[in-house]
Amino acid sequence: MIELKNISKKFGRLQVLNGINTKFKEGECIALLGPNGCGKTTMIKTILGMVVPDSGQILFDGKEVNNEWQYRKYIGYMPQIGRYPENMTIAHLIQMMKDIRKDGNIAPDDRLAKSFGLNDMMNKKMRTLSGGTTQKVSASLAFMFKPRVLILDEPTAGLDPISSEKLKERIIEEKEKGKLILITSHILSELDDLVTKVIYMNEGNFLFEKPLAELKEITGEEKLSRAVAKIMGGQSIGKPSNQMQPA
Amino acid sequence: MKKILKYVIVDIIQNKIVLIYTALLLLISLSVFNIESSAAKGMASLLNLILLVVPLVCIIFSTIYIYNSTEFTELLVSQPLKRKTIWLSLFGGLATSLSLAFLIGVGIPVLLYHADATGLVMILSGLFLTVVFVSIAFLAVGWTRDKAKGIGWAIALWLFFALIFDAIVLFLLFQFQDYPLENAMVIMSFINPIDLSRVQILLQMDISALMGYTGAVFREFFGSSMGIIISFLGLSVWIAVPLLFSLRSFKRKDM
Repeated sequence: MIELKNISKKFGRLQVLNGINTKFKEGECIALLGPNGCGKTTMIKTILGMVVPDSGQILFDGKEVNNEWQYRKYIGYMPQIGRYPENMTIAHLIQMMKDIRKDGNIAPDDRLAKSFGLNDMMNKKMRTLSGGTTQKVSASLAFMFKPRVLILDEPTAGLDPISSEKLKERIIEEKEKGKLILITSHILSELDDLVTKVIYMNEGNFLFEKPLAELKEITGEEKLSRAVAKIMGGQSIGKPSNQMQPA
Repeated sequence: MKKILKYVIVDIIQNKIVLIYTALLLLISLSVFNIESSAAKGMASLLNLILLVVPLVCIIFSTIYIYNSTEFTELLVSQPLKRKTIWLSLFGGLATSLSLAFLIGVGIPVLLYHADATGLVMILSGLFLTVVFVSIAFLAVGWTRDKAKGIGWAIALWLFFALIFDAIVLFLLFQFQDYPLENAMVIMSFINPIDLSRVQILLQMDISALMGYTGAVFREFFGSSMGIIISFLGLSVWIAVPLLFSLRSFKRKDM
């Protein structure tokens, strides 16, 4: 469904993505792991067209998306740090997004916003919201338009445990509907019951890309965190084991 | 395009600066017409106001506004929208609201006190100048990600067009006074949108004493009406070119 061919990107002299090749299919739930600054977010942003790659191609449903924009209506994106126009209220923001993504066939789905209790604070301005509440808004917007692809960058960072659990349940629900889910997180314990495939990145490269079952089989571990720690322990690249401690 | 334009305009109108700008223009125009003994004199004073204040406010307000809408553009870029649409909506919103401010602040008084061809040319060139400097602000924003530096560039550009450029022209005139410079001067005036508007209004007002060197040459070159048309074309180029350059760099920008 999404295919990356030889994607490279430099920020100044820093090579952030180094010839990435991969394919994501419908129904997969992919965990994108790696130390800080390894290019996870940049890769996500190239898929969304927010970062323009220096070379390479991105295909969505087999069609190249450089300079395309229509494909983004099939993607729900939850950024790591949501930045929104400060003077807009939550209601106003949601209204604007509905306006932009209005599609005759799809009724917006604001179940998540409701379960997070955002309905009681619709008239608050974005500038006055706490980090966690902003994350809730981001999550609600990502799921609102029933996208075929969900890209979640550190979705549970800053969320309280109850909201985090609600979000997780929702992700599982969407996964069971056969949607493609791409998720980055440092808290590996919460990915255990979600993920079908694990990608580990470092310095702009994929170090490995394996189905979860295979990973568990190779390492003989049941927990994702331990499996990743074990496989990374075998290779001496940077100090990934520091990053891989379960929270 | 229309959807986003709507949100941008609503946001700018909520911003009190534009309202203050409108009120200020209105106050100055009305007092100028009331203080001067004749409306024609009032027009001449108003001309200086338009040529200095309008570009300054337009370029600085637009620059700050574009920097402040970083979050807005970032949000929209990840949505199913063309980058071109986002950028042009931002431009359209700024150009529309600042033009509206000018129309109310200067347009209405001019039509009240001096409603003839001269007044019309004055309003038109003020509107063009507004849009030109919004467009130049878009260009300046593309040069740096740092807001303080960007505003610095905007002020420098305004200084150049409003003051420094004239100094350079005068300097060249004195240095090369032995040579025929008429054609060169006409070309020089196209390099500066403020000069272009000045020539345009003065051609229409027919105040040869105030017209300056470029104006006199301009008239000889094109004749009054042709001169005005050509200078409007020049201003249109000044709107299109900076905007296109900024659009090109926005399309490649990483969020």
